[in-house]
Amino acid sequence: MQRIGVFVCHCGSNIAATVDVAAVAEAAKSQPGVVFATDYTYMCSENGQNLIADSIKEYGLTAVVVCSCSPRMHEATFRKVADKAGLNPYMVEIANIREQCSWVHKDTEIGTPKAISLMKTAVAKVNLNTPLQEGESKVTKRALIIGGGIAGIQTALDIADAGYKVDIVEKTPSIGGRMSQLDKTFPTLDCSSCILTPKMTEVAQHENITLYTYSEVESVSGYVGDFTVEIRRKARYVHEDICTGCGLCMTKCPSKKAKNEFNRGLNTRTAIYTPFAQAIPNVPVIDTEACIHFRTGKCGICAKNCAVQAIDYEQKDEIITEKYGAIVVATGFDLIDLKPFGEYAYNLSPDVVSSLELERILNAAGPTSGHLQRMSDHRQPKEMVFIQCVGSRCEDDRRGKPYCSKICCMYTAKQAMLIKDHYPDVNIHVFYIDVRTPGKAFDEFYRRAVEDYGVDYIKGQVGKVTPQADGTLLVHGVDMLDQKVVEINADMVVLAAAVEPNPDIRKLATMLTLSIDNNNFLNEAHPKLRPVEAATAGVFMSGVVQGPRDIPETVAQAGAAAIKVVGLLAKDKLKTNPCVAQSDELYCNGCSVCQNVCPYGAISYTEKEVRDHGVRDTRRIAQVNPALCKGCGACSVACPSGAMNLKGFSNRQIMAEVDTVLCQ
Amino acid sequence: MSVTEKMTSPEAVLERENLAYLGDAKGKSEGEWTPKIVAFCCNWCSYAGADLAGNNRASYPAEIKIIRVPCSGRVNPLFILRAFQKGADGVILCGCHPGDCHYMTGNYYTRRRMALLFSMLDYLGVEKGRTRVEWVSASEGAKFAATMNEFAEKIRSLGRNVRLEDIRCRN
Ligand SMILES: Cc1cc2nc3c(=O)[nH]c(=O)nc-3n(C[C@H](O)[C@H](O)[C@H](O)COP(=O)(O)OP(=O)(O)OC[C@H]3O[C@@H](n4cnc5c(N)ncnc54)[C@H](O)[C@@H]3O)c2cc1C
Ligand code: SF4
Ligand code: SF4
Ligand code: FES
Repeated sequence: MQRIGVFVCHCGSNIAATVDVAAVAEAAKSQPGVVFATDYTYMCSENGQNLIADSIKEYGLTAVVVCSCSPRMHEATFRKVADKAGLNPYMVEIANIREQCSWVHKDTEIGTPKAISLMKTAVAKVNLNTPLQEGESKVTKRALIIGGGIAGIQTALDIADAGYKVDIVEKTPSIGGRMSQLDKTFPTLDCSSCILTPKMTEVAQHENITLYTYSEVESVSGYVGDFTVEIRRKARYVHEDICTGCGLCMTKCPSKKAKNEFNRGLNTRTAIYTPFAQAIPNVPVIDTEACIHFRTGKCGICAKNCAVQAIDYEQKDEIITEKYGAIVVATGFDLIDLKPFGEYAYNLSPDVVSSLELERILNAAGPTSGHLQRMSDHRQPKEMVFIQCVGSRCEDDRRGKPYCSKICCMYTAKQAMLIKDHYPDVNIHVFYIDVRTPGKAFDEFYRRAVEDYGVDYIKGQVGKVTPQADGTLLVHGVDMLDQKVVEINADMVVLAAAVEPNPDIRKLATMLTLSIDNNNFLNEAHPKLRPVEAATAGVFMSGVVQGPRDIPETVAQAGAAAIKVVGLLAKDKLKTNPCVAQSDELYCNGCSVCQNVCPYGAISYTEKEVRDHGVRDTRRIAQVNPALCKGCGACSVACPSGAMNLKGFSNRQIMAEVDTVLCQ
Repeated sequence: MSVTEKMTSPEAVLERENLAYLGDAKGKSEGEWTPKIVAFCCNWCSYAGADLAGNNRASYPAEIKIIRVPCSGRVNPLFILRAFQKGADGVILCGCHPGDCHYMTGNYYTRRRMALLFSMLDYLGVEKGRTRVEWVSASEGAKFAATMNEFAEKIRSLGRNVRLEDIRCRN
């Protein structure tokens, strides 16, 4: 039996005006387990706190009930008092007799019995409380960033500048992401690589940052503060520490027909390559499918020409294992596959290009050295048609996406103006459903395209693009404002394709137990209040992996993710919430029901040897990881065997409350 | 039909229970009966909404007794059955609005689980009006009070619940 002390607060007259506090204290004395009860004007004041602390010692209390304001106000205060007085803080229960009693009822006739009933309920619960220990777990002071686009780069820099070690794992041979493929950026029209390259260099030179490019995360285990991650460093066949980046190998390589992914397949590259001139690290990789040596065993020209013998055809993939306290997912996006959009003739004509291909065409380092050209005959186009929302806001989920890709309206205005700047005689028509420009200086930017540059915006959709015998493209659309059919003989058609998360996210989400929405974007822990945290503790997100956004928004979010990571890494130990679930191995039959409902992946299984009626047996038993469990209790209700329970809100405690509330 | 069979037939049991109840009710005048209502409130939204009702001095009947749970998804159907067994006249379960659950999915489980439980209870004779799920956010103090007033009113109109009550628990 507990030795319970009940402390009834007047809260000045806030409670005392409608509750006879002395009567509540008096009634408490006859409750099971109660050895001491009193009332006092302000329990939360220093004197009130001392009263509780002294009584705990004097009467050897093992549990405390404070009848006062809401637990949301002062539960933490009174738990601390108990802790200081040597009583386990979780042996304190609050009866909310202010917000849920004295403030809702007008007179003592009603207030007092209600307060007594609330007091009794709290006493009934605390009788069943057990001391709970806040667990402690260590924090590895190192962060992992998955994805080296602008999101990953900025997050890494912010964390590293705060003094913590950061590793970036990037799948491709260089960091930079999509931003490195862009020409100029809205709304200021500054050159993308001019603002990105210095950041990439800073990453490479930062003493706190380690770069693993051409690498992928292989497996993740552990939990917040203590993740263990295996990273596969794919064989480059070039030793990163030896290569000087002179680039001679690339000029000598005789295999020049490999598709250039960085230029979206618009031209070719050599078998040994860096994706672009400013690549970080500036160390090539060998594409074994294109390399003559790997295909036939001959050639070997690059190795012969390398002055420092950095090339090693025997190199193997390497798996490294590292520990991290926090993980940031920043794997970005790609454009959707345009093949299913047969009506736009993307597959039929090289002059129908995606918006990202156009970025490469406009870029001085791109396949056409920045000259606006048709990819078929290298002629400069005169009539250009942009088609917006290709696959965005699309009801057909077999080929498109229901959401707005957010950036397309702006980059199309940008691309149109860039073209008009260099080629004023090109006529540009933009077919749009809506032009959406919410953002600082965005609408002004769009209006400049219309008013100053004379870009022809047509509200309506394109039904068909038909390649003509003369090499032009007949664009068949409707103008919804003028209610007429429009036909344009275009030289080039640009498709503003929908943005979609990098498909790798599915694999990563499984490894990290993250939740993703119907479109594969990552879900936040709370869509409004915790926008950069994943539901899995210690995992954060940054960039387009969470939803379509532009560079300024990505950078802002990167900073937000970084400060969350820094806040976590700054702690030496993590206190874990002790009100977590626990399964009783005597009842658990390992059915996995609880694991399926747990939103935080806190439940795993172990094999336990048991003796069942003298027979040895191994049984699969649920185990809750207290560092991951958030204490929602979903599992405890789902469990068909009654094995799962929630500490602090156990079945027996809640049942006791129900009983007391009713039997009085 | 033997005597014992007659005595233990469901109808007979029911009749005896009803008699016991009527006998009990007869002793008291109509005005004396106040309903017993249990309100389970999730800690993050609805319990805070109830606090706000208090802050705003929005009143609701004293027979509403709130039990705090971490999430609406923590409410085991057994708790509700237990409440009726112990003589509750109505049970209301409040949680965060769909999409706002502090634990992301808890209230979705609640919604589906309670839909089933309530129709089962209805089948057993605990009318649908005696059970309710309501989404109340932390900012909806007024809604909390209004919901509770409305629910209490409903329970009053339905009268005393005897269907699942274990009369041995009555006091
Ligand atoms: C045509 C076009 C024009 C645009 N123009 C502008 C503009 O003018 N102004 C503007 O503000 N925004 C513009 N944007 C938007 C801009 O590109 C994005 O906001 C920005 O690139 C998002 O950065 P990110 O780091 O989130 O994603 P990304 O740039 O996609 O970077 C993600 C990185 O993660 C890596 N990665 C993926 N999977 C893995 C994995 N499994 N393991 C390790 N690494 C992985 C990728 O290789 C990549 O390097 C434009 C976009 C497009 C398509
Ligand atoms: S209480 Fe919630 S978070 Fe904890 S193990 Fe159960 S379902 Fe998972
Ligand atoms: S639901 Fe219950 S019985 Fe099934 S694995 Fe979980 S704890 Fe064990
Ligand atoms: S926390 Fe309110 S319903 Fe889940």
